[in-house]
Formats: sequence, C-alpha cells, structure tokens
Amino acid sequence: MKIVVTVKQVPDPNSNLTLEADNTISREKEVVLDPGDECGVEEGLQLKEAHGGEVILVSMGPERAKDAIRKGLSMGADRGVLISDASLAGADALLTARVLAAAIKQEEPDLVICATESYDGSTGMVPPMLAELLGFPQLTFAKKVEVDGSTVKVHRQTADGYQVVEASTPALITVTAAIAEPRYASLKGIMAARSKEIKQVAASELGVEKGQPAETIEGVVEAEARKAGEVIEDDGSAVEKIVQVLAAAKVL
Amino acid sequence: MPSILVYAELSEGKVATTSLELMTKARELGDVYAVALGAGAKTAASTLGKHGAKVVHVSEDSAFDDYVAEPATDALASLYEKEKPDLILFGFTPDSREVAGRLAARLGAGLISNALDVVAKDGGFVAQVPYFGGAKVASMKANGKPAIVLIRPKSFEASAKGGTAEVKQLDVKVGDGSKRAHIAERVVEASEKVKLEEARIVISGGRGMGGPQNFPLLEELANALGGAVGASRAVVDAGWVPYSMQVGQTGKSVRPGVYIAVGISGAMQHTVGMKTSKIIIAINKDAEAPIMKMADLGVVGDALKIVPALTAAVKAKKNG
Repeated sequence: MKIVVTVKQVPDPNSNLTLEADNTISREKEVVLDPGDECGVEEGLQLKEAHGGEVILVSMGPERAKDAIRKGLSMGADRGVLISDASLAGADALLTARVLAAAIKQEEPDLVICATESYDGSTGMVPPMLAELLGFPQLTFAKKVEVDGSTVKVHRQTADGYQVVEASTPALITVTAAIAEPRYASLKGIMAARSKEIKQVAASELGVEKGQPAETIEGVVEAEARKAGEVIEDDGSAVEKIVQVLAAAKVL
Repeated sequence: MPSILVYAELSEGKVATTSLELMTKARELGDVYAVALGAGAKTAASTLGKHGAKVVHVSEDSAFDDYVAEPATDALASLYEKEKPDLILFGFTPDSREVAGRLAARLGAGLISNALDVVAKDGGFVAQVPYFGGAKVASMKANGKPAIVLIRPKSFEASAKGGTAEVKQLDVKVGDGSKRAHIAERVVEASEKVKLEEARIVISGGRGMGGPQNFPLLEELANALGGAVGASRAVVDAGWVPYSMQVGQTGKSVRPGVYIAVGISGAMQHTVGMKTSKIIIAINKDAEAPIMKMADLGVVGDALKIVPALTAAVKAKKNG
C-alpha cells in the first residue's frame, strides 16, 4: 500500500509567536514538525507495518521545512517530497491544497493521511479541499483506522461517540491525536534518515498557478482582553468564596 | 441587497443551534435563503423561516445522511450555479467545514474559516478572525466569488423573528460517484447529561488534574451543579478524555454563566473557546498562570483538595 502523509513545519507550540511587518505570522522562530502530523506519520507507519508498502511524506514550505520531513523520516517513513517556492510564501488554504494535490497525484497513493488541523492555522480546511482536488472520498476525525484489501474503515469521532465510516481506496483520511502515540526516533532511525531521499519540486514544475488569495488582511487589532479579578491563596476559605461567587451568579 | 445563503446543518432532523445563530447574522447582511439537506429538512425549513429565511431549498434524499460531505457538496455547487449567492455562511463545525472545504475547492473560490463575525463592506464582505493564537483579531476581506465564510459557534444569539419561508424542492441528483464515504454505523458512547455547549455551568480540567483518574471529581461537581465537564487540548491530546470534551480554538466554544477552569494554565488555544463566559473561576497551583489574569476569581491551591470540598459544599447548600 502506498501511503502519503502530509506534513507541515510550524512554529513550536511552546514558543511565543511574533508578527512580521505585513501582519503574517513569523516563521523565523523555532520550528518543529506539527505535533498533529507526528500522529499522522505514526498511523502511516503502523499501516505499512501491518500491510506492507511505502510511506511518503509530502510538505510545502521553505527549504528548511526539510527538517520537519527529516523528523518523519527518522521515525521510519521511506522518503519525502518538498514543494518549495518563494512564490508560495503566505499561501492560503486553497493554494496549499492545489500544490499538495498536484504533487500527490504524481505519487498515485492508495491512502492520503492528514492531521485534522494544523497547530498554527487550526482551521482544518486543507484536508477537505485536498480530497476534492484529488477526487478522493474523505474519512475524517479518525481515532481508529482499519484497512482490509481495498476497503478503509475509520471510527470518526462525533460529539457523543463515533461513526463507523468506510470507503474504497484511494481515499483521504484525517486523524486526531487520539489515533496513535507517535514513536520516538531511534538513533538508528536518525542515522538512516540522513540518507533517505527528499525530492525538491518547484511549484512551476507542478503547473500550479498562484491565483488571487482567498482573503486580504486589512488590519490586525488586539483581541478584547478580560480584566483580572481577585486572586486568593487557598487557606481553607477558598471553597466558601467560590460558593459565594456561584450564589451571586445565581447558579446555586 | 446582497444575497446570503446559509448552510443549515441538521442534527437528528433538527436545525443545529449554530445554524440558527448564523441566521441572526445573515438577516443583517441581506436577503437570506437557506439550504437544508437530509431527513427532517422540510420541518427544518419552517424553523429557518421563523429565523428569517425567505426561501429554504430542501431535499430529504437519504444520501445526505448516509455519506460524508460529497452529496452535500454536489447540492451546494448546483445551487450556487442557479442562485449565485454573494455570500455562503457555514458554522465552523466538524460536519460543515468538510462540506465548505470541498465546495470552496470545487468552485475555486477559497474561503475564510474560524471567523467571529462578518460585515458587509464596499460591496463585499470582511470577516473578523482570531489571529496570532487568539491574542489578536484580524480583519480579512473575502476575495472569492462567492465569499465563503465559516463562523465559530456562539458568535451570535439565535433569535426567531417570526416569518414563513417558501420551501423549494432542490433539484439535485446525487450520483453514485458521490456516495463513497459511507456512514455504516453510529455509536453513542457518552450519555451526555447536559450538553457542553448548552450548559449554564462548565467545569473544565487540564493537566493540573494530574491524570484521567481524577476527572470523576469534576463529573461529581458538574452533577451537583447541573453543569457539564470540558477539557483543555493538552489532556485531550494526552488521551485522558475524548475530543468531544475539548474547549478551545480547535474544540468547542462555550459561553456559560459560570466557567470553572481547573488545572488549566490558560493558553490562547483554550481561552479563545471560553473567554466570553460570564463569570470565570480558575483553580490552579500557579499564581502566575495566564488564566489567573482573566478570571473573576482565581484560587491558588490544590485542585484535588478544593474540588471535592466544593462538591460537598454545593451539595450541603442545595440540601440546606
């Protein structure tokens, strides 16, 4: 089975974000493989271990996004593809999906695995767009994936439980963090990753035209902040104080 | 007047509250019509009429209930070709965003996701979107035709203004090519007593709860208060509790009368989903945690001691 996992390099969720002059989020700071994508890589590897095949990581980003791909390769993925092009800086979801779709089509995968959403953008729009552009069905919010021949079945998380959703391959799935605990890269894996192939592709080679972006940022303002209230140390009286607040709010 | 199409999401045959919230906004922006797909669509049309829809396009084809995203995308794409709405509004919910994503790709239009508000400006639309992890708000002008905007739940109040919608049967044939991601089974795990989004009191737990084995303490407090239990992304990612309990940017938005954050530091990712709560109470070991700077009452102490004592005090007061 040929499995493509989309991966993205994002600002470290544990670092502070900064803004560039044009109001885009600075990508110059510490960057890591998106933690959500680590789960996608893990699931891809588990499926490969169970069914054989190949795990290919596809990413769009600047040259140094290779580091994120390398991280996935050190976990055990077979090779990587990086679409890197200065003209793609600040690409919106649709352009990103178009670029990824063009690169993924060349691989003719049976399965495409995406995280439900990225850590930095958090909008989750690329996967359904990608599925549409690839002409694949989408099986989303998966907390469990089973493959049987050409049938893929997922447990799709819902508000009160899950749905069992199935489709024939090729298909795109999105996975939640509940899918699998990402493995640590072993020293052997890290060494092996150094010699694994990362193919670099220019957007022009994929025939993707950069159209008009979906949105233009007109301005950025500080979000309305709440004022701090009273902060007390619990000296045994905190419970009484909370009860007073609950009573005043008429919920008790 | 711009024409606004609202994608009305149905849940067990009823219009989702999020969709009714969108109707409130849509009425301000122009002529509103809606589309409702699947079982219950016709009944939904009357509800949507009361909320300001002039026309509701309906189809009760079971394909809309049985297959993920693609049949609805077909219906919306064909409706767009006929009606050419200026703006299509979706709720930022798991089901709607899948349809919106496919539709935007099919129409080549792009979209604006995760918005807090949308206004008409210079013949187009500008959306307010949480930015920079929620610390800032960006104004984004939609360049696509149609403009497609996904709005976070709880951004507006749903309110019926009375009215009757003209119901139009949507003429769309869902082809076999779109019947692919088949929902074979629906499994209910959690017997949700009080819905998180609708609860008057929400008690959420984070890493400071120490582990999943301590979440029952929150359940007991929630039961005593008639509230619901939520969680931060950190503990959902750690697998302590299901995704359905997550409050925050990538989870649910809540706006209860009282929100009690227990052992939650208050990362932007979390606070963007709860900061419009009327009263916020935080219980945390760390007096410097960001949540303390936005709480009406911050208690520095051991959650595992305070929560059970609070449950006992609440019960005593109710019985007293």
